[in-house]
Amino acid sequence: MDIDFRNQLLPCVSVFAWIFGILLVLMFVANAHFGEAISGFLNGAFGGRNLAYLLTTLSRATLIVGMALAVMISFRAGLFNIGGEGQLVIGGLAAALVGVYMPGPGWLVMATGIVAAMAAGGLWAVLAGVMQLYVGVPLLIGSLLLNYPARYLGSYLVGHPFRDVASGLPQTHLVPNEAWLPLFSGTRLDMGILFIALMSVLAVIYCNSTVPGYRARMNGLAPEFARASGLPVKRIVLQSLLMSGAIAGLVGALAVFGLHHRFTDGMLVQPLYAWTGIIAVLLVGMVPWAVPISGFFFAAIQTGAAGMERTADVPKEIGLIMQAVIILFVAGRISGVSLAGKSGENDNGH
Amino acid sequence: MGIDLVLDPAFLQSVPRFLTPILLAALGGAICERAGVFNIALEGFILVGAFCAVLGSYFMGSEWWGAVAAMAGGVGMGLLFAEFSLRRKGDAIVVSIALNLFAAGLTVYLLRTIFGVSGAFRDSGIKGFSGIDIPLLRDIPVLGPLLNGQSILFYFAVFAALALQLFFARHRLGLRLRAAGENPAGLSAGGVDPQRVQLWALVLCGALCGLAGAQLSIANVNLFVENMSAGRGWIAVVAVLLTRGRPLYVLFIAVLFGFVDSLSFRIQGFGLPQQFTDVMPYLATLIALIVLSAWHKSKTA
Repeated sequence: MDIDFRNQLLPCVSVFAWIFGILLVLMFVANAHFGEAISGFLNGAFGGRNLAYLLTTLSRATLIVGMALAVMISFRAGLFNIGGEGQLVIGGLAAALVGVYMPGPGWLVMATGIVAAMAAGGLWAVLAGVMQLYVGVPLLIGSLLLNYPARYLGSYLVGHPFRDVASGLPQTHLVPNEAWLPLFSGTRLDMGILFIALMSVLAVIYCNSTVPGYRARMNGLAPEFARASGLPVKRIVLQSLLMSGAIAGLVGALAVFGLHHRFTDGMLVQPLYAWTGIIAVLLVGMVPWAVPISGFFFAAIQTGAAGMERTADVPKEIGLIMQAVIILFVAGRISGVSLAGKSGENDNGH
Repeated sequence: MGIDLVLDPAFLQSVPRFLTPILLAALGGAICERAGVFNIALEGFILVGAFCAVLGSYFMGSEWWGAVAAMAGGVGMGLLFAEFSLRRKGDAIVVSIALNLFAAGLTVYLLRTIFGVSGAFRDSGIKGFSGIDIPLLRDIPVLGPLLNGQSILFYFAVFAALALQLFFARHRLGLRLRAAGENPAGLSAGGVDPQRVQLWALVLCGALCGLAGAQLSIANVNLFVENMSAGRGWIAVVAVLLTRGRPLYVLFIAVLFGFVDSLSFRIQGFGLPQQFTDVMPYLATLIALIVLSAWHKSKTA
């Protein structure tokens, strides 16, 4: 028992103490009233009139979990795709353009928009994979650098050719009402969360119970072994990235059809959905069933921090800081993280 | 346009302003690379440096204190990296991603709590570095406008590139640092703890990235803007990757990127949408990466 206490319990307690201490210091810097801040946090994350803030948390969790699933698919295959942001933006852009300009019944517009978004996001991710496989650009850097062209392409398209000039902002016109995702009756929560719930289930099945999912994991944990066993490594890489990017694209489409009903410059970049998704996956060491929980956890930190800002005047960036701190403390404990290809050493396909 | 544009003194003058932050950060990254630390948190290091530079300059009333504070901030980030990656054995990529987010959050948080503003902080109390006029250099055509009248940080950055080249090649500590990266077991057999060397690499890297941030916030302008590093840290990471941490090549790449950066800034006046010019540095980085990777691949294949 004694040894157990020293080796397992004590580190845990000390990590919590550290995290809590940092939180206190930050609040002290902001000159905040501790009780107010905590109640503001809880209310912002889980409360509100008719639980309005809890629904906001769920809505944000939808997008974060979606991005986390996207990232998880590639991470588990040993592909450090940190370009989720670009794939998300490209997907959202495709969805918005279809949504605004395609004629036809609402459901068809939405369905087409979602498919277009998934295709666009998937191809954007595959582009990074092609650069790694056929040119030798490390995926980590290639996927990240593709964020910037995506961001500026979106910014240009909604700032110039497809701009809703009358709105005064760099954004597209509104998607017509009929093509919006319906709301749960009596709430402001849209049904996008159902897509992500379904996607979470599919992701668990894919990772745990299918041959392609198993092969992808094998490539992630032991790339040399995967290659030596004659697995089609190139296909695994491209397939995983296609799926990963497609999910990111779906998230973009859900943000457009469910939440914003148009594409506004920066709306998918500023809230750091993609980066939050990445750390949500890292927090739980890429275990598929745990990803939705950790995504919800981070969403709650963010909306809770916004609540703290409202009631106790603590800048909401405290949420971002605490997320980073948590990841720093668990970084040493994340197991099963085999990040092949991280520094370009794993050159699949040479 | 054409050659006139490139030889225009205003354009030449702007090249070093753009290349200095990338060069300083990439040299920091190069030190880590050679010591075997995979540091892709340069973006966060620079951001903290830029913020601390404004902090030091504003409260101490001198740009020199700004530079000292920037280095201190960068070193602080380096120590955090060391704590979580070396001592607590966190994966370097995970730690890097967390530190980048940490820097983004912390700088905005402190911007709002200390200065009570969000978005940007500008104030006449922020003292910045001004250009140094070098009499003889001033009169040389092309080189004069290019190299004269820059902030001290630019001259320091070029000096640091040359010094580092010698340091890696000749100096006992430089060799030790490389051994930490290339043959850590051999190094510890020789009685030197590789982790200690890596810790010092991170400290040096932090100081250099801090100065890179100072160039952004108290030399190029006198203000701090949220997310001011704006991807330069990633460009520096690419520069390290392409050169495998060789300082003279880093210098060359930084000049190249600085050139593209200021070119994009320059052609904003020609009626192109801003997004086209803004994306140019990233596209240039991507293209350089693709071309050099393909070349490297064809050579080794």
